[in-house]
Amino acid sequence: MSMPDNYLEYPARRYGMDHDRYEWSDLFKRKPIAWPNGARIALSIVTHVQHFPLDMPSKPFKAPGALSMPYPDFRYYTNRDYGNRVGIFRVLRLLAEKQLKTSFAINGIIAERYPALVQAVIEGGHEIVAHGLDMGKVHHSGLSEDEENRIIVEALRLLRETSGQKVEGWLSPGRAQGFNTPDLLAKNGVTYSLDWANDDLPYEMRTKAGPIVAMPMAYETDDRVVADEYFQSEADWVQQVKDRFDVLYRESAEYGGRVMSLPLHSWVSGMPYRVEYLREALDYILSHEGVWNAPAGDICAAFRSAG
Amino acid sequence: MAAEANPMRSDLGLYDYLPWPNRPKIVWPGNKRIAVWIAPNIEFYEYDPPNNPTRTPWARPNPDVLQYSHRDYGNRAGWQRMMAAMDRAGFRGSVSLNVALCDHHPEIIKACADRGWEFFSHGIYNTRYVYNLDIEQERAIIRDAFETVRKHTGQELAGWLSPALSNNFWTMDILAEAGIQYTCDMFHDDQPMPVKVKSGKLISMPYSLEMNDVIVYNTQKVTPRHYGEIIKRQFDQLYKEGDESGTVMCIPLHPYLVGQPHRIDAFAEAIEYIASHDGVWQTTGREIAEAYHASGAYDAMNAAMSAHNAANATEKGIR
Repeated sequence: MSMPDNYLEYPARRYGMDHDRYEWSDLFKRKPIAWPNGARIALSIVTHVQHFPLDMPSKPFKAPGALSMPYPDFRYYTNRDYGNRVGIFRVLRLLAEKQLKTSFAINGIIAERYPALVQAVIEGGHEIVAHGLDMGKVHHSGLSEDEENRIIVEALRLLRETSGQKVEGWLSPGRAQGFNTPDLLAKNGVTYSLDWANDDLPYEMRTKAGPIVAMPMAYETDDRVVADEYFQSEADWVQQVKDRFDVLYRESAEYGGRVMSLPLHSWVSGMPYRVEYLREALDYILSHEGVWNAPAGDICAAFRSAG
Repeated sequence: MAAEANPMRSDLGLYDYLPWPNRPKIVWPGNKRIAVWIAPNIEFYEYDPPNNPTRTPWARPNPDVLQYSHRDYGNRAGWQRMMAAMDRAGFRGSVSLNVALCDHHPEIIKACADRGWEFFSHGIYNTRYVYNLDIEQERAIIRDAFETVRKHTGQELAGWLSPALSNNFWTMDILAEAGIQYTCDMFHDDQPMPVKVKSGKLISMPYSLEMNDVIVYNTQKVTPRHYGEIIKRQFDQLYKEGDESGTVMCIPLHPYLVGQPHRIDAFAEAIEYIASHDGVWQTTGREIAEAYHASGAYDAMNAAMSAHNAANATEKGIR
């Protein structure tokens, strides 16, 4: 066996990216961004609110956090659901204490299952971001355009109807997309997505239905990634969040505004033993001058009007 | 994997044994104790790469936008932080380069070249492996790498790290035949060692798995501050032993990992710590290979290995 000769052909070997979604751009050579009121850091807190169906498929891949025990997996089904019953309310209370307005990325099906949860998020003054339909419905290139569109339409419909908000932000389950996803999102009125992990500032992507903004969301300081993939302690998580903030804050003095994103999960940071670590991280960030906290949608709007 | 390319056998067969004590002494330029080199892997992972039956590039179906974008972070943001930290500590880089990056991001290549950094080859893309290639196809990759690096930087390749560390048994022979002086694919020593190849003189250059941020962060999953700590401890030990005979320490990096905001300061502090020692030779892979030959270490190590083999054979005969 050997490989066909076209394995050594590289059709997208050219200047810039090997696709047409966006241009390459050097974070440190861009026109500096000024956030409202001269803020140096836009603090984007995004809490995942998730439903893991008991019968979720394992193909073509499972979203992180997926049920992993033999069916029926009582263990992880209920552990994840804990976040929706209890954990999220701890996070909401802490955010209210700190008077923070943030984003909650919610699986569409949650609006149907737990409208009271969505109400509590709205009453806290937060933004609803669509987090796909549920954690078993991952987006990937094996879906036809119609199949994928139906999932997007349904997720947005449920969240828009229940919340009364426009719901223009999107986070795919597992941050997974297919080739068509940005086109379908833009077509359905989504103006920004949180899936791509390649920047510390918003940037525009091309779609067939006009531009969509890629909003920064940290991958490796996500509470679930640190706890469940790296198996690091809560103290280690807080330290890395602080260190991340310090560098972005320092850079903002020279290079203009930065986005500090803080991805949370109701079933991770909402645990009793973890929520005070979240407080420590927030207190540290908020002790600095020039931190502007806002929902991701507002940060996206500020980026657009600044450009 | 073609059976004739990689027949099953129990020994890699690319180097001879030589115990650490009582080796010929390595003397680095300026009588420095330790050669420290930093090898940033400046990589391009493809959005929609072809599959290779031995290894699928992405865990999820193409496009795996989370992993793709995570790596792209290095080329948009991370490389600048990494480079600034190295500038401050006075380190030049020896770039482990996916050579297609010359086409995609010449701005990054220029910034490295302007600093006098060395480029060595890490294949064309990190999503194209040499598994299942025939020998002529693998030679074509080596030619492409030489030509691309020459065209974009004027440099003649001296070093090689196979793309995603994929290898065939013949790989070392055809690298040496093409004029490559050192390989980074083997981790059996803290000093450069001759590699047994059919032609030319190939050195195995100490690179490192355990100092490599991709192993540290993606496999071992340690914290950034722990990474800073192990870099310093690795250095302390090799610096001490370098008083007897010159050692080599490599720090292999990936800007998408070490260049993250929550990681850069711990790394920066560690390399500043290294640079603060008088007996450190801050150098590049190419310079280490040159010094190894010029000082006679290559020939001395070969002779020592032959003598060790001969002594072993005699002892077996006596038994």
